[in-house]
Amino acid sequence: MTKTPVLEIRDLQTHFGAREGLIKAVDGVSMTVNRGETLAVVGESGCGKSITAWSVMNLVPKPGKIVGGSINLYDRNGGSVDIAALDPKSAEMRAIRGARVAMIFQEPMTSLSPVHTIGNQIVEMIRLHQPVTKKEAEAQAVRMLDRVGIPKPTERMAAYPFQMSGGMRQRVVIAMALSCNADLLIADEPTTALDVTTQANILELMKELQAEHHTSMILITHDLGVVAEVADEVAVMYLGRAVEQTDVFTLFDHAQHPYSRALLGSIPELGKTRGQRLTAIRGMIPHPLNRPLGCTFNTRCPMAIKGACDAVEPDLIQTGPHHHTRCLAYQNGYTHHFDKKPEGAMRPSETIGGRAHV
Amino acid sequence: MADASAYVKTNAEIQVYDDDVRAEDVAGQWQLMWWRFKRHKVAVIAGICVLFIYLVGIFAEFLSPMDPNDHHTRYTYAPPQNVDLFHDGQWLPHVKGYQVEIDQFTLRRTFVTDEEKIIPIGLFVKGDEYKMWGLIPWDRHLIGPLNPRDPFYLWGADRLGRDMLSRVIHGARVSMSIGLVGVAISLVLGIILGGISGYFGGWIDNAIQRIIEFLKSIPTIPLWMGLAAAIPLTWEPLYVYFAITVLISLIGWTGLAREVRGKVISMKGDDFVIAARLDGLRTNKIITRHLVPSFLSHIIAQTTLAIPDMILSETALSFLGIGLQPPIVSWGVLLKEAQNINAVATAPWLMIPGLAVVFAVLTLNFLGDGMRDAADPYSHH
Amino acid sequence: MHIYIFKRVLMMIPTLILISIVAFLVIQLPPGDFLTALTAGMEGRMTPEEIAYLRERYGLNDPMWLQYWKWISGIVFEGDFGYSFQWRRPVSELIWSHLGLTVLISFVTLLFVWAVSFPIGVLSAVRQYSFSDYFFTFIGFIGLATPNFLLALVLMYVGFKYFGQSVGGLFSPEYQNAPWSWAKLGDLMAHLWIPIIVIGTAKTAELIRVMRANLLDELHKPYVATARSKGLGEMRTLIKYPIRIALNPFISTIGWVLPSLVSGAVITAVVLNLPTTGPLLLGALRSQDMYLAGSFILMLSTLTVVGTLISDILLAWLDPRIRYQ
Repeated sequence: MTKTPVLEIRDLQTHFGAREGLIKAVDGVSMTVNRGETLAVVGESGCGKSITAWSVMNLVPKPGKIVGGSINLYDRNGGSVDIAALDPKSAEMRAIRGARVAMIFQEPMTSLSPVHTIGNQIVEMIRLHQPVTKKEAEAQAVRMLDRVGIPKPTERMAAYPFQMSGGMRQRVVIAMALSCNADLLIADEPTTALDVTTQANILELMKELQAEHHTSMILITHDLGVVAEVADEVAVMYLGRAVEQTDVFTLFDHAQHPYSRALLGSIPELGKTRGQRLTAIRGMIPHPLNRPLGCTFNTRCPMAIKGACDAVEPDLIQTGPHHHTRCLAYQNGYTHHFDKKPEGAMRPSETIGGRAHV
Repeated sequence: MADASAYVKTNAEIQVYDDDVRAEDVAGQWQLMWWRFKRHKVAVIAGICVLFIYLVGIFAEFLSPMDPNDHHTRYTYAPPQNVDLFHDGQWLPHVKGYQVEIDQFTLRRTFVTDEEKIIPIGLFVKGDEYKMWGLIPWDRHLIGPLNPRDPFYLWGADRLGRDMLSRVIHGARVSMSIGLVGVAISLVLGIILGGISGYFGGWIDNAIQRIIEFLKSIPTIPLWMGLAAAIPLTWEPLYVYFAITVLISLIGWTGLAREVRGKVISMKGDDFVIAARLDGLRTNKIITRHLVPSFLSHIIAQTTLAIPDMILSETALSFLGIGLQPPIVSWGVLLKEAQNINAVATAPWLMIPGLAVVFAVLTLNFLGDGMRDAADPYSHH
Repeated sequence: MHIYIFKRVLMMIPTLILISIVAFLVIQLPPGDFLTALTAGMEGRMTPEEIAYLRERYGLNDPMWLQYWKWISGIVFEGDFGYSFQWRRPVSELIWSHLGLTVLISFVTLLFVWAVSFPIGVLSAVRQYSFSDYFFTFIGFIGLATPNFLLALVLMYVGFKYFGQSVGGLFSPEYQNAPWSWAKLGDLMAHLWIPIIVIGTAKTAELIRVMRANLLDELHKPYVATARSKGLGEMRTLIKYPIRIALNPFISTIGWVLPSLVSGAVITAVVLNLPTTGPLLLGALRSQDMYLAGSFILMLSTLTVVGTLISDILLAWLDPRIRYQ
C-alpha cells in the first residue's frame, strides 16, 4: 500500500513577539502525516509541539504568528491548500476548521462550555459545516454519542458537562470532533487529564474510530507509552524543531538523534527493576530567548563535538528509506567527527507497562 | 502510631527552625513586595501623594495661613488671589488687595483686584496664634502675609470670609483621620470575625456570613442616616467624631472580614498550620502568630483600599448635615456650604473640598491597587 | 428550579426579620418616645384623645418586644406604618408615592449602569491594553473617586452657569402637581437622565472593571479555543461563549449594586431636590419623625433584598451550574 500524505508541514515558522524579544516557538518544523495513519509528536513541554498543532488549525494565540513555511492539506483527489497562507479569520479557513481538521483538547472539563448542553455544542458543530436541519443534526449527534459509548445518548443530549465524569466528557469531545468526518484529527494530549484505566479506554476508542473513518491523526503527547500504543509515525521535537521523524518501530529500535535516544533512555524498563537507573537528560532546556548556536541540543548532548555542533546548524537529513534526522553525525562532511555510531534503544513492546513522562 | 509521633516530632523541629529564621523570612517577603511595588510607577506616585496629604493633615495648623474658623465678613466670597513673585522688576513676593464694587441696580457686591494694593507675603511668618496638636503654642505659619491683618485668600473665602485654603487643610486632618480610625476599627472587627468565621467554619461561619450578607444588602446611606440622627445634638464635637467613625466602620468591616476569612480558609490546610496545631498550639495563638503574619501584606493592601470608602461615607453624611457638625472642619462639612447652587455660582471655589476628596480617594485607590498587586502577584481582580 | 426558588425565598425571611428589627431600633434610638417629641414640637396641636389613641395603639408602656410585635404586625397585616408627627398623617399615606419614584429611579439607573458598563467592559477586555481600554480604565478610576453628590453639584453648577437653568427636580413646574399623563411622563424622562447619570456613574465605573476582569478570565479558557477550532467565526464565538459566561457574575452584581444605587438615590435626591424618599427621609430624621424614617429604612432595605432575590433567580435561570446544584 502506498502512502499518500494528508498533511505536509514544510519549514514551518511560528514566532511570538513578546515584550522581552522574539520567541521562535516553532522554527523550521517539517513533518508529514499520511492518510489513515497516526503521527505522534513528542518532546518536553515548551518544545513547540502544541504551537505546531495550533499552527495547523491556524489558531495561533496572540501575539504569535505564522511567519514562514507551508502547511499543505491534501484532499482525496490530490488537490491541496496551504493553510499557512490563509487568513486565520477567512471563511475559507473557518470552513476547514472542524470540517477537515478537527481538534481534541487536553482538559475535557474546561474544553466544553459549562453553560451549554452537550447536544447544543455538538449540533452547533454539525450545522456549521453541513446543510442539515436542526432535527437531522440532533439525530446525527445522538448517533455519534452512541458510537463513542455514551449510555442513553438521547437523554444525554440535554446534559451539561459538569453532570458527567471526565472520561465521559472526553468521549463527548471526541464525538464532537469526529461529527463532521474530518480528514485530520489533532489530539493535544487527549488522555493526560484522565485516570489510567480511562486513558486506555479512550485510546482504544480513538483507534477504532480512526480505522472506521480512515481519519489521520496528529497525537501530541509526552507519554511514550501512548506513542508505542497508537502511533504509526513519530516526530521528535526539541526547542521548536523536529529533530527526527520515522516510523514507530524504527524509532524505538534504532533512534538516531541523541535527543530521541535520551528520551527513550528515561523510561523505566519492565522486569529490570533491580539496579536499573533511569538516565535523566542532563542540563536544562535553554531559555527560548537564548537559543544555543549550531545544533540547539548541543548544550545537553553527550556526543556534542566542540567546534562543529556549537557552530553548524544541522539540516534534516534523510538517513534511511523512511527516516529523517537533524544531526551532524549523519550529515555529509561531518560524520568523521563522530567515532562512535549511535545505537538502538529498546523495543516498543517493552515500554507499554511502564509509562514515562518526559 | 510510632510513625505519627515521629511526624509530630519532625514538625516540632520544623517549628523551632521556623522560629529561628522567621525574622529574615518576613524581611525577605517584605523586600520582595517592595521591589514589586516599586515597579508600579503609578502606585509609587500615588503613594507619595497620599503621604503628602497625611503630612498636610498632621501639620495643618502650621501649614494653614489662618485659623480655619476665623471669619471676616468684609471678605465674604472673596475670590482667590494670585501670587506674584516680582514687583516692578524687584523680588517681592506678594498678592494684590481687594476693591469692592457695588452694582447700582442689584446692589450685589463684587470683588475686583486692587492693582495698587500690594500685600507682601513670606514664608514662616507670624500670624494667628495656635496650639500645635492642641499642645504646643506657636504663631508661625508656613506662608502668609507679612502683616497678619491683610487679606490673604489663595483659594478664596467662603460665606463668612473664612479662608478656604486653611479650611481645606484642616479638613484633610479630620477627613483623612476618619478614614484611618474607621479602617482600624473595621480591621479589628474584620480580623476577629473573619478569622473566627474562616478558622472554625461550621455554624459559626454560617452565622457570621449571614450577618455580613445582611449588612451588605441594606442600603448604607439610609441606615447611617437613621443611626447618625440618633446622635444627640448636644454631644461634644469629639464624641460626634468618634460616633460617626464607629457608625461607618460598623458596616465597613464586612469586606475585610470576607478577605480574612477567604485567606484563613485557604491557609488552614497548609502544612505549617497543621504543624502548629499538632504541636498543641492554642487556637488564638495559631491565628495571631501564624495566620495573621502570613496574610498581613494582603490585608494591608485591602485596608488601604477600604480607606476611600470611609472617606466618601463621612463626606456624604456630613454633606447631608447629619454627620460631623461645625465647628469641626471636614471636607464633607465644607461641601455642605456648596449645597446652595446660588452660592456655588458666585463662588465656585466652594467646590475645592470636593476636588480634595477626589484627589485623596483617587490616590488611595491607586496606591491600594499597587500594594495589592505587590502583595499578591497572582491574583487578578 | 422551583425548589431552588422556594429555598431562596425561605432564606430571605430571616433577613427581612433582621431588617425590621434594625428599622425598629432606629425608631427607638432617639432619647424619649414620640410623646416627648410631640410635646416638644407640636404642643397643643393634638387632642388628648389623639394622644391617648396613639399611646394605646403603639403600646408605649409595653415591653420592647411587644412594641416591636405591634409595630411589625401592623405593617404586615394591616399596612399600617405608624403616624407621622411632622405631617400629621399616617405614614402609609406618605411613603408609597415617594417609594415608587425611588424604585423607578433605582431600576432605570440599574438598567443604565448595565447598558453602559457591559459593552465597555467587553470592549476593554477584548481589546486589552488598547487605547480605549486605558481610556475607560482612567475614566473608571475618576468615576469611582467622585462622590455622586459632588457630581450632582458640578452638573447643577454647569447647568446654572452656562445654560442658565436649574437642572434639579423631576418635573417642570407646570407638571409638578398635574395628574399623570403622557406629557407628564415625557417631562419626567427629560428630567430623569441627570439623576440617572449622577447615581449611576460610580457603579458604572465599578461594573466596567468587573466585566473586564470576568471576561479576561473567560477569554483564555479552553472552551473558547474549542469553539474556534469548530470553525465558528470570531464574533459568534465571543458572543456565544465567553461573553455569555461572563454575563453570569455580572448579573449577580445586582446584589451589591442595588443597595448602593438606592443609597445614591437618597443622597442625590437631596442635592437635586427630587421628590423621592431622600429629602423626606432626611427631613424626617432631622425632626425625629421616627415612624416615617423607620418605615423608609424598612422599605428601602426590603426593596434591595427583593432585588437581590430577583437577581439570584435570574442567575439560576441563566447558569445551569447553580440550577442543578
